[in-house]
Amino acid sequence: MSYARGLRCRKCGQEYPIQPLNLCDFCLSPLEVSYDYKAMAKGLSREKLAGGPLTMWRYRDMLPAEGKEVDIGTGFTPLVKADNLGRELGLDRLYIKNDCLNPTYSFKDRPVSVAVTKARELGFDAIACASTGNLAASVAAHAAKAKVKAYVFVPASIEPGKLVGTAIYNPVLITVDGTYDDVNRLCAALTRKYNWGFININLRPYYAEGSKTLGYEVAEQLGWRAPDCVVAPAASGLLFTRIWKGLDELSMLGLIEPINTHMFISQAAGSSPIVNAFQAGALHVHPVEPNTIAKSIAVGNPADGYYALRIARQSGGGACAVTDDEIISGMKLLAQTEGIFAEAAGGAVIGSLKKLAASGEIKKNELTVAFITGAGPRTQDIVADYFHPFTVKPMIESVEEVLGALLQKF
Amino acid sequence: MIYWTQLYMHEKEEKMAIRQVMFTFPQNLIKEPIIYNLSHRFKVVTNIRRADISEDRGWVVLELEGEEEEIERGIAWVTAKGVRVDPVIGDVVEG
Repeated sequence: MSYARGLRCRKCGQEYPIQPLNLCDFCLSPLEVSYDYKAMAKGLSREKLAGGPLTMWRYRDMLPAEGKEVDIGTGFTPLVKADNLGRELGLDRLYIKNDCLNPTYSFKDRPVSVAVTKARELGFDAIACASTGNLAASVAAHAAKAKVKAYVFVPASIEPGKLVGTAIYNPVLITVDGTYDDVNRLCAALTRKYNWGFININLRPYYAEGSKTLGYEVAEQLGWRAPDCVVAPAASGLLFTRIWKGLDELSMLGLIEPINTHMFISQAAGSSPIVNAFQAGALHVHPVEPNTIAKSIAVGNPADGYYALRIARQSGGGACAVTDDEIISGMKLLAQTEGIFAEAAGGAVIGSLKKLAASGEIKKNELTVAFITGAGPRTQDIVADYFHPFTVKPMIESVEEVLGALLQKF
Repeated sequence: MIYWTQLYMHEKEEKMAIRQVMFTFPQNLIKEPIIYNLSHRFKVVTNIRRADISEDRGWVVLELEGEEEEIERGIAWVTAKGVRVDPVIGDVVEG
């Protein structure tokens, strides 16, 4: 059963019943799901959670879903001890949470699974989103599983090849002839006009909660303890805040010891409004115009930027931005040490981790988890020019001639 | 007759819109009464919900109510003055 009791404004505390609503009527701040934690604490135990299915839905009692879940097999992705990468960076206790291994190859399956489940409960027969990649694919896949119609809006500037990973699930795929701002405005207007469950607009409070499962899983996989340090990417900032919320809830429910996790935000330097605010000591996140190869985290006006900033500060963590070159280096380093091909957001995380370890902000013996939230193959074009295979004729002599010293003799 | 009046009123209501936006002011515009001027130059009702203004920067979260075209013209005027206008829900387009 769900212990969700309603929606609460994160700023002024105003409460609302469960409904498709994302902003407080009074102060226009984001709403979040509130729970009856007292009842939840009585109904949950480590043993009960550990006995659940090997998906994110083992934590269903901590999610705002009543009905049958729309699950395509998401979650319980590997937490890998990254000894090779740790040696490179000078970190003895480094782990990679490899969320590339979700059904549509990114962490988005977690929030979308909850949002689509809730959409069905709330009676929507159509869902919608605006995305350039990971979110679009995940929404389309879950709509196919739930047998509901999905409208996916994409800026017309996107390369056609990027749409295949979404189109395969047969959503209503629409390219919008306009800027990103035009798409933002159009989608907000469509939400007002049509009775659609817009994944990251009117369903956003429920969508957000799915990402908490990343925090739950990591704690469980570490033997029911929180990490000392977390490095995670931030686009809208929602994922970052929910990893923290997941750990905080486990602690509040008595399932893990009180947490002292330092939360570090990673952004691309070409789209780093939250990092800018952190470094300037500001309380407000000023929007920027994104310009980076890391498209999946290129959000110039992050809806949860303020809350992500606050968590980074209050947890004694930090914020780090890396250039596009550092992102590519990070992608290569992760692939060539741990065998994990991440998308550019993962490259940003590894690039940031490298800087944070070098500066001593993350210490050698601290148990650190780096969150890799999306797989590389969907956007492999950004690194395609960096690699050139050897070309040989189909003869041993040719192989020996071309490879020369690279050819090891046994 | 009453029917036509009601229809006219209905059409008029449909044209009315509410837009929730955030204005971000650069330092050189902090002293200018831009929101006051916006509601005087255009038929737009401004309703401030949250704000934070310091000596070098400021932001205001507000609702704009009026006819869609009038809101558009008002936002274009504010933008041309040098104020950044963003949707209050943040960017909807995600990766």
